[in-house]
Amino acid sequence: SVVPAFFLDGFSVLGTHLTWLCVCSVCVATLNIILHLVLKPNQSPKRRSFAHKISRFLKCCIYFFMSCILFHAIIVLYGAPLIESVAETFLFAVLLSTFTSLQCLCLLGPNIQAWIRVFSKNGAMSIWESSLQITSMCSILGAWFGAFPIPLDWDRPWQV
Amino acid sequence: PLAQLEYVQQTDLASTLAVGLGLPISRNSVGNLILPVVGGKTMREQLRFLHLNGFQLSRLLQENTPAYEKDPGYEHFKIAEKSHGNWIKLYLEGNNSEILLNLGKKVLKQYLEALKTLSSSLSKQVAQYDMYSMMVGTVIIMEVLLLLLLSVPKALSKQAEFEVPLSPPLFSLLFYLMCLMLCAVHVIVCTSAESLCYFCSMSWLTAVGVMMLISALMCGILSAIAKIFENSRLPPKNPIVSNSSWSEIDVLILAGTIGHVLSLGASSFIEEEHQTWYFLINTLCLVLCQELCRNNFLLKECDPQHSTDVKQNFGSIGETSECKNIDIPAASNSKLGKATSSSEFIKGSDKWISLATPWIILICCRLLRSLNQTGVQWAHRPDFGHWLTNSEHKSELSFLAAVSLLMIFFLVQRRCSLVSKIAMALGLLGVYSYRAAIGNVIFPWQHGGKDISKGITEARFVYVFVLGIVFTGTKDLLKSQVISPDSSTKSTGLWEVYSGLVLLAALLFRPHNLPVLVFCLLIQTMMTKYIWIPLKFDAAQITIMHYWFGQAFFYFQGNSNGIATVDVSAGFVGLDSYVEIPAIFLTTFATYAGPFLWAIHLLCYLSSEVSR
Repeated sequence: SVVPAFFLDGFSVLGTHLTWLCVCSVCVATLNIILHLVLKPNQSPKRRSFAHKISRFLKCCIYFFMSCILFHAIIVLYGAPLIESVAETFLFAVLLSTFTSLQCLCLLGPNIQAWIRVFSKNGAMSIWESSLQITSMCSILGAWFGAFPIPLDWDRPWQV
Repeated sequence: PLAQLEYVQQTDLASTLAVGLGLPISRNSVGNLILPVVGGKTMREQLRFLHLNGFQLSRLLQENTPAYEKDPGYEHFKIAEKSHGNWIKLYLEGNNSEILLNLGKKVLKQYLEALKTLSSSLSKQVAQYDMYSMMVGTVIIMEVLLLLLLSVPKALSKQAEFEVPLSPPLFSLLFYLMCLMLCAVHVIVCTSAESLCYFCSMSWLTAVGVMMLISALMCGILSAIAKIFENSRLPPKNPIVSNSSWSEIDVLILAGTIGHVLSLGASSFIEEEHQTWYFLINTLCLVLCQELCRNNFLLKECDPQHSTDVKQNFGSIGETSECKNIDIPAASNSKLGKATSSSEFIKGSDKWISLATPWIILICCRLLRSLNQTGVQWAHRPDFGHWLTNSEHKSELSFLAAVSLLMIFFLVQRRCSLVSKIAMALGLLGVYSYRAAIGNVIFPWQHGGKDISKGITEARFVYVFVLGIVFTGTKDLLKSQVISPDSSTKSTGLWEVYSGLVLLAALLFRPHNLPVLVFCLLIQTMMTKYIWIPLKFDAAQITIMHYWFGQAFFYFQGNSNGIATVDVSAGFVGLDSYVEIPAIFLTTFATYAGPFLWAIHLLCYLSSEVSR
């Protein structure tokens, strides 16, 4: 989070929060993808054709986008306004998705059965899958706990 | 040269302001005049102000202390008053010399000292607490609290029993001894008390009654503790450990209840309590969705009822986000078909409706949230309710009210008898004509201005139907209790009482709030049919869920934790002028309609479940 301060003028975490959210998601996403490409935790034995790889990649993109939409819907159902502040809500959904579904997609691929298996009881078979469980659940719980300070008047001008 | 700063008490402000504004000093004020404020006045006026203050304080002392003449402050005041008299005599003689000035300063000092002593003796007295009565009250409250805490584990378990053990003969001796001891203490305290004591002023019979209550509660607590020790020493009879496991619903309910109680410690959270409740029921719906997903899709693991460890708690909460993704490619997955065929739950399209139920409930709650804005933080923003009650949108409001009343009829009439159904239909028609008569909504065939009346006839017409339906329901209930123990009559009777109350609520709610009633009934119906019965929750979980929804619906109506949002117009429905008792009852019912209707629905549900 300190890197953007060097590159952009007039940047602050609270002021230009939309930019910071974008930058954060993009950084985490690229880091994830690079790590998975480099470390290759799930080596598939047979070589896949190029078309198959393209279709897998497209499926990943679609699933990522669908999870963004789902998170956006859940956030609106929790009380976010539907028409105003759409950009902020959607960016929050994108951030949550990068922390949860992108990891799943990188590790397990666009395979729904694998996802059900990993997230069910005693389904994690390797350390990568355990780490996947832990990071996803902690991200979602962290977002849930972050709603607690909303009723407090912390954004009022008279607060010291 | 700057004088040394001296401290003044907060209570001195009242007297100084009164004197400065020329008003009499408040009767119960215990403050002194701050002399430098009136330092620019003549000596005579300053002395007069100080005399006024002293007189007020001595009057207050006289009212509160029988032995006021012995108080040192009072004596000083009388001495200063006499010196003041002498000074006035000298002043009126025209003596303008140094002697007058010095005498005046001496009188000022005397007055100030007297006032200070008077103030401190008054403050000491006002701060005297009635320790004995307070201790007795505290002891009673602590005993009841301990008794409740000790009985809570058994009451919330699967057996749901709540008993207060009073029988063991060993404790009878303790009971009599305690009574005797408390009476002795009471006599000692009351005969030696100098100050007023509320408990001593009660009649002897009441005091003895209170002593017996304290002793009985203490014996109850001791026998409950003894029973707990007995139970923990015995080995457990049947080691069914898995039955006492905690599912995510239990964790959420416990954490939510504790969290809500803790949040009451901060005034910001009390002001915005509606946010807490909306948040909790949203999370509840998501966890219910997760339970439904797991029960419907993961039966191939053959152990959905077993205990889950903490990591898996996290793991299954994640399914909520993946659930919706499962629905779409489900048709292409043959494994799911195998899982559903082995399910013991509702099959086919019912399954999809039951999976969609939590989401429908979430959407309803979100719509209701934007209907009525409550709380202080965003109170300035207009909500949908404001848009509807705007007089330009009367036709939209009328349409919405008519549709809501129609839906209320469809949702409520399913379990009623034929007579109640007709009464309900006529009653809802009466509600709409009442609202049209007082001008909130319009009939489609009237486009001009119609005379606005108080709508008393229409409202009383509806009251007749409400009373009729409630009477029919009570008759069925009594019949099932006394004459023939028939469970279906009992549940019909309870449901008819409930529908009578729904009709009353429809009459008392404002037209823009009728969707709240509709969604309340819709959520109750859907949850009963698709979630509570299939997932077989126990009594404690159902009660807490009803309680949470009741609280949320209190805020969905537009109420908040302040008196300003109470709808006082409900107390005048059908009445010509203010009549105290009906107005109190109607206003209370209209304000607490949400929690009350959910409580009655809980009764209906539990009695129909027991009979199953």
